Amino acid sequence: MSASSPATPAQVTLPNSLRSGPDDRGWFGEFGGRFVAETLMPLILELEEAYRAAQADPSFQKELAFYYKDYVGRPSPLWFARRLTETLGGAKIYLKREELNHTGSHKLNNVMGQILVARRMGKTRIVAETGAGQHGVATATVCALFGLKCTIYMGATDVERQKPNVFRMNLLGAEVRPVTAGAGTLKDAMNEAMRDWVANVEDTYFLVGTVAGPHPYPEMVRDFQSIIGTETKEQIIAAEGRLPDAIVAAIGGGSNAMGIFHPFLDDVDVKLIGAEAAGLGLDSGKTAASLSRGRPGVLHGNRTYLLQDADGQIDEAHSISAGLDYPGIGPEHSWLNDIGRVEYVGVTDQEALDAFQVCSRQEGILPALESAHALAHVIKIAPTMGKDQIIVMNLSGRGDKDIFTVAQHVGVEL
Amino acid sequence: MSRIQARFEALKAEGRGALIPYLQAYDPDLETSLALLKAMPGAGADIIEVGIPFSDPSADGPTIQLAAQRGLKAGSTLAGVLEMIKRFRQGGQETPIVLMGYLNPIHTYGAEAFCRDATQAGVDGIILVDMPTEEAVWLRPHAEAYGLDIIALVAPNTSHDRLVHVLREARGFVYYVSITGITGTASASEAQLKDAVPKVKAVTSVPVAIGFGISTPEQARVASQIGDAAVVASTLIRTLASTLVDGRATESTVPAVIRQIEALAQAVRSVEGVS
Repeated sequence: MSASSPATPAQVTLPNSLRSGPDDRGWFGEFGGRFVAETLMPLILELEEAYRAAQADPSFQKELAFYYKDYVGRPSPLWFARRLTETLGGAKIYLKREELNHTGSHKLNNVMGQILVARRMGKTRIVAETGAGQHGVATATVCALFGLKCTIYMGATDVERQKPNVFRMNLLGAEVRPVTAGAGTLKDAMNEAMRDWVANVEDTYFLVGTVAGPHPYPEMVRDFQSIIGTETKEQIIAAEGRLPDAIVAAIGGGSNAMGIFHPFLDDVDVKLIGAEAAGLGLDSGKTAASLSRGRPGVLHGNRTYLLQDADGQIDEAHSISAGLDYPGIGPEHSWLNDIGRVEYVGVTDQEALDAFQVCSRQEGILPALESAHALAHVIKIAPTMGKDQIIVMNLSGRGDKDIFTVAQHVGVEL
Repeated sequence: MSRIQARFEALKAEGRGALIPYLQAYDPDLETSLALLKAMPGAGADIIEVGIPFSDPSADGPTIQLAAQRGLKAGSTLAGVLEMIKRFRQGGQETPIVLMGYLNPIHTYGAEAFCRDATQAGVDGIILVDMPTEEAVWLRPHAEAYGLDIIALVAPNTSHDRLVHVLREARGFVYYVSITGITGTASASEAQLKDAVPKVKAVTSVPVAIGFGISTPEQARVASQIGDAAVVASTLIRTLASTLVDGRATESTVPAVIRQIEALAQAVRSVEGVS
């Protein structure tokens, strides 16, 4: 694999770097690619060209930095979780506070970058898919900011379990279209957003919310999310004078994890751990753990690990967290899994619910159920590590949107 | 000469284009779709397109999505679809069969195994909606070795340079997706087709089939005249679906679809002798 793309200043790579992917056809090893209908090929080729031009343009980087600071609210703090650390009695735990970004999650980092690209391309209408609604809210937000038409596709099941976010999107002026096909979750929303895009190629930009889809989306979304890891690196060195021993992040499509992992890929002493949603258990048949229980296949524009049956039909994923409820994963994660650079573990619905409550009571932070998956793994490993060791966890979103789901599981009627 | 080539040559001699009706395998069950497949040549199908049911048909509109769901519910697998073609071939050797679907089931089956088993079953070509020419390298060598035509797709927004690139290795026929959109929704106008199709024909010597949004006999006639073939899909599925009771086939299912194909065939043949 070779470095084929002009690197942005923040991403100067060495010849043997793990950070140099994808190649010029969008492949990370055997994963990625551009598996789309011919009608979409001119669009993604045009997008790739526009993104390369933006990367090379200092005024684009300057504009993005401005919005990151004054609109998104970056940098996000790196918080030393003192009570949690004392309770678990092992490694020092730091939380990267992505939930403090405007709109309450890491999603705005990517959306902010892509909307500036879409504007450079002269697009006037934005479509996006959303699971938990965090990406939908972030997209609706920037569309309001720039006065663009916005249509969000959301599975009907997710519309039901994430009502507050649906209302938020409406308040922001977006049209939310519930998708009833399939199980009515994120993969169905993705299919429907692609159908919309192919029918509106002239004016519409497809704002993908995670590090998946046809090239260049996995690379572009990763680049925009890498601000998380870049800041973390500076902040942990300022706080501790060294890099952490482990970084833990939750994985659905994998954008918050990719964002915090990527700047650390070449720091081989930093252990990187992705927490996949195991749902009711890895072997329950009700899971969203694509790497642990899937195999490589092609869906939504890329070759990657997928939950699928023996015939290649895509399975429905299951997770308590709508944001992780997807049967695939970004192709770069599939590659990092196969080369062994990142360890991927499963975390069940129940473990995430328990971690949600721990975080709320010990740190005064309601975490998103997505992020609670990462925290559940931190709770497992911190006590096994020394007090001189350091874990950074990506607290990718806040949990206000999840209080109804949590209430239901703890038997409280709101 | 391949069956697809032979069929287009014969039609050229007749002075008309081809009618290519579509059915989704196993919709609503194996025996009904096989009966429909067997009856299609007699009703005037010149080539038949058989859809492989897939869980996530992201280029299809609601009509074909529902057909795929019915097919999967009826137990469709890729191996089952190939078996169905094998049974069709026991009674009919002349009509070319082109499979249409999405890449993942083929990927799961394996490139070489698929090309071998498909050609042995009597399949002549494959259309994979989510496999642009750039990503065809894993399949192409095996397809060529076994004589399976990979049918290229082009669209109204495919530039001249890209047409040249995509059609460089065209085999069988070219599928011209006549609208930017999904199946069974909008239709291209006659003027749009007359503008676009000659640009495709200018860069390739293989026949051009026009699909997406062709539903009436008149539209089929026009498309088969401007191009070399008209693909008709969603309207036939809608007819099939309208005959189902509780999702099951009835006595009228096969006859209703066949009657519609006869009407389409009559229109396509009404230009016989006109160049």
